[in-house]
Amino acid sequence: MEQAVALELNHISKYFGEVVANKDVDLTVYKGEILAVLGENGSGKTTLMNMISGIYFPDEGHIAVNGQPVVIRSPKDAFHYGIGMIHQHFKLVDVFTAGENVALGIKDKRYRLKEVNARVTEIAEKYGFRVDAKKKIYEMSVSEKQTVEIIKVLYRGAEILILDEPTAVLTPQETEKLFAVLRRMRDDGKSILIITHKLHEVLAISDRVAVLRKGEHVATIATAEANESILTEMMVGKKVSLNIDRSEPQNVCDRLVVSHIDCSDREGRKVLDDVSFTARSGEILGIAGIAGSGQRELLEAIAGLQHIDGGEITYFPPAKGENGEEEQGQSEKTKKADGKDAENAQEPQAINLRDKTPMEIRDLGVRLSFVPEDRLGMGLVGNMDIVDNMMLRSYRKGKSAFLDRKDPAHLADDIIRTLEVVTPSAHTPVRRLSGGNVQKVLVGREIAMTPTVLMAAYPVRGLDINSSFAIYNLLNKQKESGVAVIFVGEDLDVLIELCDRIMVIGDGRITGIVDGRTAKKEELGLLMTGNIPAQAEKEEAHDEN
Amino acid sequence: MNIISFIASAIRFSTVFLFGSTGETITEKSGHLNLGTPGIMCVGAAFGGWGGMIYVNAAAQINPFLAVFVPLLFTLLGSGLMGLLYSFLTVTLRANQNVTGLMITTFGVGLGKFIKANFGTEFDAAIGKLCGYFRASLPFADKLGWFGELFLSYGILVYLAIAVAIVASVCFSKTRMGLHLRAVGENPATADAAGVNVTGYRYTATIVGSAISGLGGLFYVFDYMGAWDSGLTSTEALGWLAVALVIFTMWKPWLGIFGSILFAALYLLPNYLDVTFAMRDIIKMLPYVVTVIVLVLTSMRKKRENQPPASLGLNYFREER
Amino acid sequence: MTKTERKVHEPLFHISKRDAVSWKRALLVRVITVLGAFLVSGILSWILIGVDPFTFIGKLFEGIFGTERRIWVMLRNLSILLCIALALAPAFKMRFWNIGAEGQVLMGGLATAICMYYLGDKLPEPVVWLCMIVAGIAAGALWAVIPAIFKAFWNTNETLFTLMMNYIAMQLVSFFTNVWVKDGSGTLKNETHLHGIMLPQLGNMYLLPIIVVALLTAGMFVYLKYSKHGYELSVVGESENTARYIGIDVKKVIIRTMAVSGAICGVAGLLLTGAINGTVTTATAGGQGFTAIIVSWLGKFNPLYMILTSFLVVFLDRGMVPLNLTNDAFSAIITGIVFFIIIGCEFFLSYQIKRRHEKAQTVAAEPALIAETQGEARQIEGAETTSQTAEATAQEETQQGEERAQTPEEEDAALLRKIVDKTGEALKKGADAVADTAKKCAQKVKEGAQRCKAFLSEKFRRKDKPQGGEGPADETAETKETEKTDGEDKAE
Repeated sequence: MEQAVALELNHISKYFGEVVANKDVDLTVYKGEILAVLGENGSGKTTLMNMISGIYFPDEGHIAVNGQPVVIRSPKDAFHYGIGMIHQHFKLVDVFTAGENVALGIKDKRYRLKEVNARVTEIAEKYGFRVDAKKKIYEMSVSEKQTVEIIKVLYRGAEILILDEPTAVLTPQETEKLFAVLRRMRDDGKSILIITHKLHEVLAISDRVAVLRKGEHVATIATAEANESILTEMMVGKKVSLNIDRSEPQNVCDRLVVSHIDCSDREGRKVLDDVSFTARSGEILGIAGIAGSGQRELLEAIAGLQHIDGGEITYFPPAKGENGEEEQGQSEKTKKADGKDAENAQEPQAINLRDKTPMEIRDLGVRLSFVPEDRLGMGLVGNMDIVDNMMLRSYRKGKSAFLDRKDPAHLADDIIRTLEVVTPSAHTPVRRLSGGNVQKVLVGREIAMTPTVLMAAYPVRGLDINSSFAIYNLLNKQKESGVAVIFVGEDLDVLIELCDRIMVIGDGRITGIVDGRTAKKEELGLLMTGNIPAQAEKEEAHDEN
Repeated sequence: MNIISFIASAIRFSTVFLFGSTGETITEKSGHLNLGTPGIMCVGAAFGGWGGMIYVNAAAQINPFLAVFVPLLFTLLGSGLMGLLYSFLTVTLRANQNVTGLMITTFGVGLGKFIKANFGTEFDAAIGKLCGYFRASLPFADKLGWFGELFLSYGILVYLAIAVAIVASVCFSKTRMGLHLRAVGENPATADAAGVNVTGYRYTATIVGSAISGLGGLFYVFDYMGAWDSGLTSTEALGWLAVALVIFTMWKPWLGIFGSILFAALYLLPNYLDVTFAMRDIIKMLPYVVTVIVLVLTSMRKKRENQPPASLGLNYFREER
Repeated sequence: MTKTERKVHEPLFHISKRDAVSWKRALLVRVITVLGAFLVSGILSWILIGVDPFTFIGKLFEGIFGTERRIWVMLRNLSILLCIALALAPAFKMRFWNIGAEGQVLMGGLATAICMYYLGDKLPEPVVWLCMIVAGIAAGALWAVIPAIFKAFWNTNETLFTLMMNYIAMQLVSFFTNVWVKDGSGTLKNETHLHGIMLPQLGNMYLLPIIVVALLTAGMFVYLKYSKHGYELSVVGESENTARYIGIDVKKVIIRTMAVSGAICGVAGLLLTGAINGTVTTATAGGQGFTAIIVSWLGKFNPLYMILTSFLVVFLDRGMVPLNLTNDAFSAIITGIVFFIIIGCEFFLSYQIKRRHEKAQTVAAEPALIAETQGEARQIEGAETTSQTAEATAQEETQQGEERAQTPEEEDAALLRKIVDKTGEALKKGADAVADTAKKCAQKVKEGAQRCKAFLSEKFRRKDKPQGGEGPADETAETKETEKTDGEDKAE
């Protein structure tokens, strides 16, 4: 491989107010290589790439392309220097065709859509994509849209391509296809920067790996010399054992039985396919999977926010008295989901949650708490203060037509005190709190409902290590008090250390449920990519303890 | 009733709507819901009159070309300035589009009346003097029977309106400018990322669109009425119909040519029928009712191509992406 | 593709969202903005109609507070505008762009008139009143609920829908007028056509709408801030997803809120037709349905602030009366300009303009900072170009300036200070003059209030019989302007 330098970053720093996003980063990219930029969430990968592609401007340092110092002020400038970025969130106009999207913003002498389309097809063929230039974006699948994004960049003659977590939305097969294309582009002499935090992908695709940690560039090493443990160590600094306390589940009994549910999105594609599982009291059930595999839909279906096409969701309320013996009996039962009828007979209070609205679910006395992925877009109202956000769950109480702000105010004070929320006051709009504090407010409110089922989707996403541990502790406490906790996570280490059982979801289907104490990362990784091994049913058998 | 003359007058009258709606469509394609169009049409009419007056006072002998051109220029200038004001408030100062638009309407009607009141009878005289030049039909119009009456009997602005609508349509679908404009109205963040100057397009489209809308007012006063619209009430009402027409034609200027003729026909129909005043009101209501029906049907059918531009009414602020 | 030369010009400022401004500062900015707007309109009046600014502003006050009748008329006009603005507040708070208030008011008025026309001679008056009230409110609500239903179920664009509904309502009014009025005059008269029915007067002909709207204002304030409905609609407005998440029936809330909104518009129509004009015409709402949008928006959907903003509108409208202008459009122009300025200045409350970060290195110093996030610690805060914020900023600048090394910004800060000083002086002069006029006005207000008091007590004692329709019998003293104001009253 010739080692001509394509892109060079010198002492790049970027601050967002007090927060240091990138500090003194040096990075060199050669022509004809794939450089993986690896780092945890919040390590400054995306900010760094945004500076290369002209979205942010560095506070310090400079950038050189092909040895020439350049100034990249805007995406336009970046294009000018042959730098193209494929964002995680596609920037496409839905009602346009692929060809029109590609043509957007280009200043050729003449505008001929036909020529653009022909060129799109040509590029696609060259690198082995498949795309219909005349298809409208809104009719396309996620991977097709990504293809359009890549072609858009190539069409503009990009020599340096930046891909921000391109595989997060892809199936394993699609990922493989993408990698094949990327290799072909590399062989064509292009430089490719791929942002990711998935180690196996780094090892599979890249020539070299640059590791970022807390905004700083740790090192760049050749992939051939790397392995997962070396990279992990570089990523997290020293080998960290998470040391999350995990107690033995107590008084386990079935709380929520999901059987054979199907669900499709607005375009009619199946997002959940025959999903069955059981959440038990006093236990944390982890859900692992590639982002967008149906986790959100699953939780929303349980919470009554998503219409399901088929299947049942059944809730078993705890016994009136103490949970103890009565539930012991239940856990003896077989986990065959269609044993529901039998259970119904035994447990007269079993409640069917299918197609109930969140209101109806609550009115049935089901204490279901849900910490959604989208904190400020769903769980909380950003422009309202903490007190009013507390009220979201409780404002209906009582027959009065007017609001009672006293109890929510007490609750807000409680949460601020006990969870150590950093805020000027309880009357600060939550939008202005930091991510960790927002999450504490949300989780605090959900726990304050004294739930019997607590669902949390990516509750530590974007949080620093301390806040994350605060959240883990909260979940553990809930589990110890007999709540059935469902935890959707992305970090496998956390899942393995926190959860009692881990369910893996791949492409809308359950690919396996494993014991958290014995689970191996590799095993989970394999399940996530959609391979359903025979052992999937294994845990059903050995799970009585 | 004479069908030919009815259609001919509908075509003639449709020009008011066509200018208004083509201008508004161009504006809306950029994502600006400019509810100031009625006011802008009033300003257009007043500025046209002002220009005409200046010309009449200055010229010893009236040149047929300048007689049309000077008022036209003034109209473009006046209504374009209103578009600039709107863009400045919504793009640069990020004011709410609905509020700004409505204020432009109030202000525009006021400004139109103010200009007229300032000049008084001189103003009326100028319009009276010049309207003949606006109405001058093509040669042979009266020698070709129904053909002449249907196609050749109109003043220059009628043809200009149709030409503008066709040009706008072609621009939208066939030029890069059109592509960029549509992208700005659909998804400004994407357009911005692709290197399209969102601010520039929004400003330009709004100013050009407003200038074109203003011609509707000019036509109404100089050609259709041949006299000042006292109080500007009709001009304002017609302006709202032009806004309705944009929805009715689903943001397609070429469809606007036919839509405007339909609206004009409905508007004029009562004059050609022997009906009571009450009945006339019902007929006059039809354009609004069909617009509502079109609006409802498109929203029910959810066909993406017929929806309003996705970011219509929303201001774009780059940092908020 | 030669873009190199474009590098030369880059924006000097970049703009970012401001954190909440303290209410004191916000208030200060707003007050100064309004004063500035008046100054501008005063200057305009000088140029356009030859009345110097201070006389102009003085006249405005005179027009509002000059006589007790003027005060009453002002209060009544204020209450109608406020009523419509109140109606819009819940809808806007829910992010439902109801620009159909004009039509909803008209429908309220029309339904009222229908009751008057068809029932006026058949039922006893109190029953007719009841029918008018019910029908007026129901019709307004209906006119608002129709677009709401389509919005809720099919997400039909409500801005365009409600806009069209205005004109359908207008044509309906015109239709009924033409059905009822057989003489071809096209005007519906209270005595001849509507059996002389009017809602009962309270004390005088102005008080009923004022009291009704005062109650509505308090009610709406409580509804938005302390009721469960109010809470629900603001959650829906902020985020439909959150609303769904906590189990709010979004469709129901949309329809319910619009019913409330339309009903209050119906009240305005009822008052206009049943208590003020005694008739309904296509101009009954007189564009107030649109003006109210501006009032509501500038009042931040807070009923109490809306009192102030609607006062401002009425002030500019009614205040022109004593100028005796032949050109009645002047008021619309001034209103427009004042509001353009106010709207423009809202920008400076929610955004801040920052000076570009300059640096010594030649290469890196050039580029513009786009997409900067908030709170760039090392940048100079402010450098706002407006005089009203500059004063405060200059203070900060000097402080920061001491901490910094010698930079070009220092010079700019000095320059800025100079500018601030000068504008300060000018403002002072202006303020003195305004204070003078204000003093005079205060005097007049006092007199007005006293007269008003006397007038009220007298009125209550006399318990005049209600007079149908327009009855400016008492106002002989003001013959000079009665004609004009009457004309305006009718136009409402």
